[in-house]
Amino acid sequence: MDYLHDINAFLPGVIVALAGLVTITIDAYKNDHGSIYGLTVFSLLAGLILSVMDMFGPVGEAFTGMITYGGVSAFGSSVVLFGALFCVLISREYLSAIDHEYGEVYSLLLIATAGMLGLVSANNLIMIFIGIETMSICLYVLAGIIKGQKIGAEASLKYFLLGAFSTGFLLYGMALLYGATGSLYLTEIAEGASSDLLFIAGAALLLVGFFFKVSAVPFHMWTPDVYQGTPTTITAYMATASKSAAFVALLIVLSKMIPAETANWAGVIEVIAILTMVMGNLIAIVQDNIKRMLAYSSIAHAGYLLVGLAAGTPEGYSAVLFYLFAYTIMNIGAFGVVAYYERQQGLDFTDINNYVGLGFKKPLMGVLLSFFLFSLVGIPPFVGFVGKYLIFAAAINAGYIALAVILALASAASVYYYLRPMVYMYFKDPHKDVPLVRSGIVFRSTLVVLAALTLYFGIAFGDLHNLLSSFYTADWVTHLVGQ
Amino acid sequence: MFENYLPIAILAGVAVVLAILLMTLSRVLGPYRPNKTKLDPYESGMDPVGDAANRYSISFYLVAIAFIVFDVEVVFVYPWAVSYLDFGPGTLVSMIIFILELYVGLIYLIKKGALDWDLKKGMFN
Amino acid sequence: MITYIFVFLAVLAVASALAMVISKNTVNSALFLVLNMVSLAGLFLLLKAQFLAVIQILVYAGAIMVLFLFVIMLLNVEDEESLFSRFRVKYFVAFLVGIAVFSQLLYSIGSFSEMLPEVAPEMTEAGTVEAVGEVLYSQYLLPFHIIALLLTAAVNGALMIAQHKIKPGASND
Repeated sequence: MDYLHDINAFLPGVIVALAGLVTITIDAYKNDHGSIYGLTVFSLLAGLILSVMDMFGPVGEAFTGMITYGGVSAFGSSVVLFGALFCVLISREYLSAIDHEYGEVYSLLLIATAGMLGLVSANNLIMIFIGIETMSICLYVLAGIIKGQKIGAEASLKYFLLGAFSTGFLLYGMALLYGATGSLYLTEIAEGASSDLLFIAGAALLLVGFFFKVSAVPFHMWTPDVYQGTPTTITAYMATASKSAAFVALLIVLSKMIPAETANWAGVIEVIAILTMVMGNLIAIVQDNIKRMLAYSSIAHAGYLLVGLAAGTPEGYSAVLFYLFAYTIMNIGAFGVVAYYERQQGLDFTDINNYVGLGFKKPLMGVLLSFFLFSLVGIPPFVGFVGKYLIFAAAINAGYIALAVILALASAASVYYYLRPMVYMYFKDPHKDVPLVRSGIVFRSTLVVLAALTLYFGIAFGDLHNLLSSFYTADWVTHLVGQ
Repeated sequence: MFENYLPIAILAGVAVVLAILLMTLSRVLGPYRPNKTKLDPYESGMDPVGDAANRYSISFYLVAIAFIVFDVEVVFVYPWAVSYLDFGPGTLVSMIIFILELYVGLIYLIKKGALDWDLKKGMFN
Repeated sequence: MITYIFVFLAVLAVASALAMVISKNTVNSALFLVLNMVSLAGLFLLLKAQFLAVIQILVYAGAIMVLFLFVIMLLNVEDEESLFSRFRVKYFVAFLVGIAVFSQLLYSIGSFSEMLPEVAPEMTEAGTVEAVGEVLYSQYLLPFHIIALLLTAAVNGALMIAQHKIKPGASND
């Protein structure tokens, strides 16, 4: 085995994992959050640069076919590292403001990111399982770092129990698939695919496990409670990086492993997508807590993404990848602004009623929140519109007219709850004067960069879209030829 | 094929027989007068009354978790220990890296004082 | 002979699982769970999965059960009398003898002698500790190292949950 080639193929993951171990050691010897934070940012940035470069490089396999590099994997790694980097950048100020900055937070974030990198480049069911577990165990802990509140302990415990339960489904599905086909490699499973009960049951259980992780509707119960109880910047990490990782893995599994001819999963995903879009948007409308609102909105976005997967065409897959990137940018931004308001003493700023009249007091934050929420709605100059449009077009071209119509209607319904905070901020008078603290320079500029990216990729999306479709079609061809 | 397991079976048999034998012997030979007061805890002549669900030090929990983690680690070292000569130097290096990765966790536990049972010196102050 | 052992272990596994659920005494439940895991290890051995059998004993019957008993002893101390006095050796022996008789009955009535399929020779090879080691350190090298990372993260996370004092000021619920 050529170890150097293998390590080079998984270099972002190796860097992030090493940084995780080093930060644990630093934390053990001295209580120095500054150097831990610096190392975390540096390693994530290095990983991000490497995986972006990898996107333009060749496609191949490493570690005896355990992982793939280049193409979809590289893009997935980039999205995960992008999400992790920006969440870490806004985390420091927020966590020290709420007095919960610990060195372990960064170590766990790094190790979770390493697990996600394994997950998005997985080419083997064992790799998928280990990746999901590494990611989830770190997130269970991170969900419960605010110990003074019951809501934090509830989030952690609920997430842990339901996550462990869903892992059972996932693992059982993998065992059945192995029994049916005699292999754990995705491509070999696709070759041994048949429509006998063992294979179908295995695939179904595997999908149930994935639906738990991406919080699609019948399996979404944990999402609002967990998102509410977790510190807001960590919630941003959960909602973006971990969800993107799970979605990329689901996309890889569906496109590589379960051929549409043998198992007609498109119908299943169609039903789940409709349920997810409708339920997510309807329940989000009645939420008064902004974090719960964003949690239900993330469920709704999972529904839009499932529409792209249901289409099952290369066009649909590349649309899903683009949407994941768009979703990561705008959701970190939205959670970041909420984290800023939440830091203020005196009022509970997760309650939407306390946002009245804030828009003019700190104009920058108000404008930023409007940017991100407009993008989440999917209004033209922003990146959210492009993502939604691509998925919509893919669904139409694949013949799923009903899905496309429901997507459009659900987005229209989402306008209400996304614009509600803005109405409160700009068109209502404050009932109480709250002094707002000034945010730090890193925090502010991170959010400004994110807002700029929403606008940039909303206008100049062509290059990225071409890149995604090009390497996806290249992948697709190699897949059809049979590696 | 079951001849291979004969020693294990004998060992298990001896263990079971020995346990039963010792328990029976002490029951037969020793005086046995069960008495309710013998079960009472003695506390300076006071009748100990209190909440049953006492709060225990979290050190117990930490030691238990550390035990589980390092026990699971053994699972991955065990196949290597059975035939390490067949695997060659590459696996040795890989094994050392594996141990080092876990060593980080152990250093962390020790330096943070999680294994320090003297609570005055440990991490809870 | 193998079929007889299988029937015995299968009945033992089911009976001890039932006994674990039915038993009102938590310590007895835990001990029945140990019995259940040991009989499962025996079943794995019959399938020529030696490694799995060893792990079943080493991790489940060893570590996990120690944790279970640990938690029981910590949490459930109000009923000390029932913890120690009710367990009678003769009941346990009766339990084992009953299972032996029942499995003997099942075996003879059901005429199971040809029931078990032969384990394929390649599966015999695959279940040994050496075979597991061979793929674990070459083919599954990357998952193997990520598992080390996962275990380290588990230590780190467990200590983090336990370590920091509850900050009173941060509460707003």
